[in-house]
Amino acid sequence: MATTPIIALSRRGFLKSSATAAGGLVIACYLPGCSKPEEVASQSGPAKMVKANAFLQIGTDGSITMFCDKSEMGQGVYTALPTLLAEELGVAPTAIKVEFAPPGDEYVNKLLGAQATGGSTSVREAWDKIRMAGAEARTRLIAAAAKEWGAPPQSCTVADGYVLFTSRRASFGELAEAAAAMPAPQDVQVKGRNEFKYVGKTLPRLDTPSKVDGSAQFGIDMRLPGMLYAALAQPPELGGAVKSFNADKAKAMPGVREVLQTSSGVAVVADTWWQAKTARDALDIQWSPGPAAKLTNAAIYAGLKKASGGKGLDVRKEGDVDAGWKANSRRVEATYELPMLAHATLEPQNCTVEFRDDGCHVYAPTQVQQMSQAVAAKAAGLPPEKVFVHTTFLGGGFGRRLDVDFVPAAVECAKAMNKPVKLLWTREDDTSHDKYRPPARNTLSAAFDGNGKLNTVKVHLVAPSITARWAPGAVPQGTPDPFAIEAAHNFPYEAPNLHIDYVQHEVGLDVGYWRSVSHALNCFTIESFMDELAAEAQMDPVEFRRSLLTKQPRWLSVLDAAASKAKWGSPPAGRHQGVALMSGYDSYLAQVAEISLEGDKLKVHRIVCAVDCGQMVNPGIVQAQAEGGIIFGLTAALFSEINVTNGKVQEQNFDTYRLLRMNEAPVIEVHLLNSDEKPGGMGEPTVALVAPAVCNAIYAATRKRLRKLPIVKQGFVV
Amino acid sequence: MIKLTVNGQPRDVDVSGDTPLLWVLRDSLGLTGTKFGCGMSLCGACTVHVEGAPTRACITPVESVAGKAITTIEGLSSDRSHPVQKAWMEIDVPQCGYCQSGQIMSAAALLEQNPKPSDADIDAAMSGNICRCGTYPRIRKAIHKAAAIAAGQTGREGG
Ligand code: FES
Ligand code: FES
Repeated sequence: MATTPIIALSRRGFLKSSATAAGGLVIACYLPGCSKPEEVASQSGPAKMVKANAFLQIGTDGSITMFCDKSEMGQGVYTALPTLLAEELGVAPTAIKVEFAPPGDEYVNKLLGAQATGGSTSVREAWDKIRMAGAEARTRLIAAAAKEWGAPPQSCTVADGYVLFTSRRASFGELAEAAAAMPAPQDVQVKGRNEFKYVGKTLPRLDTPSKVDGSAQFGIDMRLPGMLYAALAQPPELGGAVKSFNADKAKAMPGVREVLQTSSGVAVVADTWWQAKTARDALDIQWSPGPAAKLTNAAIYAGLKKASGGKGLDVRKEGDVDAGWKANSRRVEATYELPMLAHATLEPQNCTVEFRDDGCHVYAPTQVQQMSQAVAAKAAGLPPEKVFVHTTFLGGGFGRRLDVDFVPAAVECAKAMNKPVKLLWTREDDTSHDKYRPPARNTLSAAFDGNGKLNTVKVHLVAPSITARWAPGAVPQGTPDPFAIEAAHNFPYEAPNLHIDYVQHEVGLDVGYWRSVSHALNCFTIESFMDELAAEAQMDPVEFRRSLLTKQPRWLSVLDAAASKAKWGSPPAGRHQGVALMSGYDSYLAQVAEISLEGDKLKVHRIVCAVDCGQMVNPGIVQAQAEGGIIFGLTAALFSEINVTNGKVQEQNFDTYRLLRMNEAPVIEVHLLNSDEKPGGMGEPTVALVAPAVCNAIYAATRKRLRKLPIVKQGFVV
Repeated sequence: MIKLTVNGQPRDVDVSGDTPLLWVLRDSLGLTGTKFGCGMSLCGACTVHVEGAPTRACITPVESVAGKAITTIEGLSSDRSHPVQKAWMEIDVPQCGYCQSGQIMSAAALLEQNPKPSDADIDAAMSGNICRCGTYPRIRKAIHKAAAIAAGQTGREGG
């Protein structure tokens, strides 16, 4: 973590004068360039307070509220982040009430440079920041108590919401106001690892109770008094627009209040969503085709192939690759092609909007609060500070909700109707109007020297840049999009001559961040290729990798752990194994897949995954993310592909975009290695290793090399 | 007016008879625990019980269940005390949680029919419920656990 937060406190004026909550303490972490403590202190009113850079609020009633700056989409931030805070405050995580933070510069994710939940950064970014916020509050509470008692602060302790000194005790609630008035502490110490009481333990998730009784509030569950429902007809061809429409039939249908042209299609607003959706289907719309109207998959992959002939931006250059080719004639080359994918969050995209006296309220399952605020403000014709974004639980994120394309039309409908409106996409809308995982065409070549040692490696990546669309201008000219070269830039295997480059080639449709992003593209490519090289070298795939990782202890240790736990080399009769290795998000992983084939019928029996992700906040959640990521990665490896014909996405619902089911799920074994390293991200990385591990197992079984995905399109049945 | 019995309560709804039960539950009755995932009986997110049988509410016309006993996740228990809910909490099954109402309703119906399901029984009963977050290993574990919890309860009641 590069920046040490300057911690400041302010008293919440409104709480002082409020009869119900007679006082409170807000801890705010100020980052360079953010608003100053004095400005916060002078603000009043609940909405402004929430925007006051705060992570923690202690009420005089002893209540502790955390403003969680990351969205909960299943990855466990609703538990992990409060646990970090609780540890420093000396209270149980269950004592903390969690609210999602509003848009605000103070919530900008330092690892991403935007207020965003993604990139498996949540715990990595919170590790110092949230613990410091907790430690600062604890130091102040102790200082306030010590002053009151005339006691030495270093002799005071905290436990369960109290400051203690000999036989005296005072509750955080009693101390909250005095603590806020204390001067900023000079010496704030976070706890050492051996002092942790909650961090590092598998404690129950704080969101589970509400997710087993139906009470958890997702975006789709928003209900506001007088709310209307909207369904949206979007151009069937990507990038198309409304030319004209006839709404006569739709308007005559039951419950329909209005038919509106919005910035992204034609919306029907009705008393219930089913009425809106039924009437939407009855609309007669003429579309004008957009720039992608003629786009087909064949053209997309031909374009990538053509671009592959060009020179890319250098990612890494070591030794002399040209000299390597000249000196060594034993050469291997392979090209891999990866498909576009949809996110398929189980909760379809939706957004609920209400205009009130103070401005526009947006209720959204979003991974990007400020970006949602910005597009809503534009659609509402209001300044951003008049737009209040309320983050709900997310029914899956996977990067889909880093985009905000579902927000403006909801704002436009609510504005036109002057009533709260919930706009909800159908599953078909969701699959066919996604921001797709980029396709890629990667060519790898390598040469062995006269002694059979790997001498020269060239990795040539060709894919569109997501960041170029998502944050135009963010990637400096002449440098590769960092989200296109993951799991390639850190190529770990020893080769004296190495050249990695990346050709940015846009394919004519919007691409988006999809769980594990380019790790999934590049890990498949490199780990498949390493298997090809092992075969060429006539070595066991694990042994071959080991021989090239002698200077990479963390890579080696996960490889060894996975191999030993999977009993590498001695699978049960009739089964075959494949291995893959990766480092991403500061975590290190190895997977061994175990498969069998009866004719062309493939069964994935078991996936063993070894993980070194540094220190963990909650190992149970890490384990769950690893398991879920493996299912997600296996789904894509086996089934997933988006096909475009004449600008139209062919896949619509789960019958054409197949997701893995219970009866197809393998046994998954996750082994978490003990580590003192700083935390690594675990929301995504296991996704990326599954395809190469399974395809390498298929090679072990059949000597058939799969250089394209999905597997069901390569002559196998699942 | 269509007369329904939802979670033991009589409810009258003024909707057209072909409206899918899902939208009547969610929009007319405010029971949003039952989720929408596909609308085509492909994902199981909308699973409720009709006379105890697991039913996809998204393709069930409301008029077809008039007068029948409908149970949603909100009615499974009032305090998360159903063995399936207890097991789900003990094993911390949910990730995003969106599919879980449907998973729990399918699992509860399975255990009602088959108090000690095998892995194959679980596959057969649960494969209509998609979990995009990939909680399948934990769902399987939790169903076995719920079976044990239920057996323990029955045992206690009996003894
Ligand atoms: S919403 Fe009913 S099965 Fe998917
Ligand atoms: S927990 Fe997210 S879809 Fe199942």
